[in-house]
Amino acid sequence: MPIVSPGFTGRRQSPDVQLPPGQYLTEDFPVLTAGPTPRVPTDRWEFTVSTEIGQKHTWSWQQLIELPAEKITTDIHCVTKWSKLHTRWKGVSLDVLLEDVETAADFALVHSYGGYTTNLPLEDLLDGQAWIAYRYDDDDLTPEHGGPARLLVPHLYFWKSAKWVRGIRLLLEDEPGFWETAGYHDYGDPWREQRYQGD
Amino acid sequence: MSDHVDGNALAGDLREIFAVDLTVATGQCAGCGYRGSVATLHVYQNAPGLVARCPHCEEVVLRLVRAPGRAWLDLRGTVSLEIPLP
Repeated sequence: MPIVSPGFTGRRQSPDVQLPPGQYLTEDFPVLTAGPTPRVPTDRWEFTVSTEIGQKHTWSWQQLIELPAEKITTDIHCVTKWSKLHTRWKGVSLDVLLEDVETAADFALVHSYGGYTTNLPLEDLLDGQAWIAYRYDDDDLTPEHGGPARLLVPHLYFWKSAKWVRGIRLLLEDEPGFWETAGYHDYGDPWREQRYQGD
Repeated sequence: MSDHVDGNALAGDLREIFAVDLTVATGQCAGCGYRGSVATLHVYQNAPGLVARCPHCEEVVLRLVRAPGRAWLDLRGTVSLEIPLP
């Protein structure tokens, strides 16, 4: 039986890699969760955008995956200080989902199966900056990483990329979400190290 | 493997803020009314903060976020804490 040495196959941090301030590079994919992991069967999954006047736009799982999807390769930055480079996703751009939604809202409150919420300016969901992602590394997104579908907003700290996404409420005024009401920064730009309130 | 630990995991962080051991306090859940010691809560610690949930209804009863030089304690999910005193 041959002896197989795993060798040193891990990618070394290149001096060229530029991470946001205070971050370190990780090769694995840590699982963070603020509660029990919801298990949402796709035949009962739906995604709803509701506007400031109560208009609702809802997609079933089948409707979601029939929409034009994009493959995204991006770096992600968790507020607990790990960063992971070149993660590969597939999902539907929020530009597609919000295309026919009429709204005067400036803010969005994202909510998830399991009760999690996070807020961000609506403009940060548009112009190719955010997706509803349902594939990771060529596989279905696992429940531990937010499957069947999660928000992906990689230019902000990863707590904004809500797992188990269920819907988005469009709002005229900002409404802080789960971590934003418990000390974390309202916006969360990793390059400006906006971890906590007042940063 | 369980994804949470029990409320004793809150002891060190709460002790930094309060002079007494709060894990022996009896809390009442604002969601379902369940009463039990803080030590019996379900604590999710692989997260940006400590999230303690009611062992009965799983609603969030306590959140504790630590930053350098400050901490936030959110008890909106708790009706009250009954704290034994000497």
